[in-house]
Amino acid sequence: MDAIIEGLEKALQLIVSGDPEVLNISARSLLVSGTATLLAAAVSLPLGLAIGVRSFRGKRIVRGVFNALLGIPTVALGVILYLFFSRSGPLGFLHLMYTTLGIALGQAVLITPIAVSFITSAIESVDPEIRHLARTLGAGETEASFAVLRESASGVALAIIASFNRAVAELGIALMIGGNIRGLTRVLTTAIAIETGRGELALGIALAIILLLLVTAVTIVTSVVGRRR
Amino acid sequence: MHRQTYRSHRGLAEGGSARGITLVQGVLVVVLIAAVAATGIVYLYFSSSSMQRLIVSTTTSLYDTGLLEVVGDRFWKEQNINVSFVAAGTGLAIQYAQRGDSDLVLVHSPSQELAFMQAGDGVNRKIIAYNFFIIVGPMDDPVKVQGLSALEALNKIRQAGEAGTAIWVSRGDDSGTHTKEKALWKAAGINLTKIREEPWYLEAGAGMGKTLQIANEKQAYTLSDTGTYLKYFKDGLISLEDLITQGKDLLNVYSVLAESPSKQADVNFEGAMKFIRFLVSQEGQDLIGSYGKEEYGEPLFYPAVQLLKEKANPELLSWIQGYAYLNSSECIPQYRYQEGTLYET
Repeated sequence: MDAIIEGLEKALQLIVSGDPEVLNISARSLLVSGTATLLAAAVSLPLGLAIGVRSFRGKRIVRGVFNALLGIPTVALGVILYLFFSRSGPLGFLHLMYTTLGIALGQAVLITPIAVSFITSAIESVDPEIRHLARTLGAGETEASFAVLRESASGVALAIIASFNRAVAELGIALMIGGNIRGLTRVLTTAIAIETGRGELALGIALAIILLLLVTAVTIVTSVVGRRR
Repeated sequence: MHRQTYRSHRGLAEGGSARGITLVQGVLVVVLIAAVAATGIVYLYFSSSSMQRLIVSTTTSLYDTGLLEVVGDRFWKEQNINVSFVAAGTGLAIQYAQRGDSDLVLVHSPSQELAFMQAGDGVNRKIIAYNFFIIVGPMDDPVKVQGLSALEALNKIRQAGEAGTAIWVSRGDDSGTHTKEKALWKAAGINLTKIREEPWYLEAGAGMGKTLQIANEKQAYTLSDTGTYLKYFKDGLISLEDLITQGKDLLNVYSVLAESPSKQADVNFEGAMKFIRFLVSQEGQDLIGSYGKEEYGEPLFYPAVQLLKEKANPELLSWIQGYAYLNSSECIPQYRYQEGTLYET
């Protein structure tokens, strides 16, 4: 229990004093996972919309596949991505190992199924009457789809936030692809892992608190901005 | 015409909201998101690929002591080469090099190092440091192993375990330390397959710190590296005593090996050789030998280069040669590559 209280104190102290290494690591986490989220959003918005509003053969299978991918352990995905990104792997020529870009791309792969699944659900939960109404009122197929998207905006925003949270809190990919290199690829989760392993439990907890604060802040800011729109 | 009709009724279609999204706006949003994502990618790409790097894959127990960061910082100051340490288990650390993802390895498992060289990957092996694994246990040492040799102690712990008065916690994670533990049971003449089934033998399947904490909770015995034990002990996380700290059987030898450029053309072999030379230089050896003295009152590692060269301590020398030499040499000529003066004494 002492370690938890000590961790709280340490977190406060690190935040107040603006410890440069902690700031660096936090900023890197935000940048890497933010990029991953935007990348995933750019892919999954059109994809989720298409799956959500259209009915086609095999739709249940497609949805099933994306839903199943929600549960992939990040360590397993980390190993698979490592084999692709490794210099001896098929994508080795891109030199993505031990880079922040490699982590961002890996996290994008991790969270795209989450974003697609949640966006599809959000869109499917919109009353189909709205789409019909828009069509009756003369909207084209695509335009009617966007009317549905607009209607499901809060669900879509939640999907994006959930994706970001998953990306920023995952450990397996950041460890395997990033390598937890100090000053280069160390992010909050890998820092927590290494400090805990070293017996710096209070520092580990402090970093975990900072991670939680970061996630909470991003979530609040996103929802406030979302509501204003 | 139809469009007009739709637009004028759009408020209705969207449940009363006055705003809507047209196709153009929708596409714009996606394009904008993609553009910001692309900016992020470009930024990340240029921020990480601008400098020449030397990648060292190493074992967790070595990295966790913090020694390597001190060595890396000094090397950076002197040679202006940035060293990145990637910590993994010994097996994975070697895999990283074999796939061309690291330029050299710093590990402590002679048999795995030999396999690494035999596969044509590892070259220019140098022994850089040694220390001793330790057997730790409850403060009151119920089995009374203090002062015994490691092998005698294991036999006594086993007897006590089977009588229900002692517990052993194993790493159980195929790490270098776990490999050592298995070798010790074998050397003590105990059938590991059999004792693994017995209730006094626990497998943590975890790192050293976690294993020490489990042993602490259970008031059990375990095998540990010195660095992790001292750190956890000093911070008050465990109250276990280091009962056996020396002896031939507990020897732990650290070596450095470069990945062969003839196997992986992309590796930074030149940088790797500079780093190896730095590690075996007087300066590098002094850094290794003094690390941790101030904090723990004793060094965590002992430099090996001088010892192997001057042969002042024949007993210790013979232990190291017996344990970590391969064909009576730290690196037989067959596995040397553009080594220069590295092996001249």
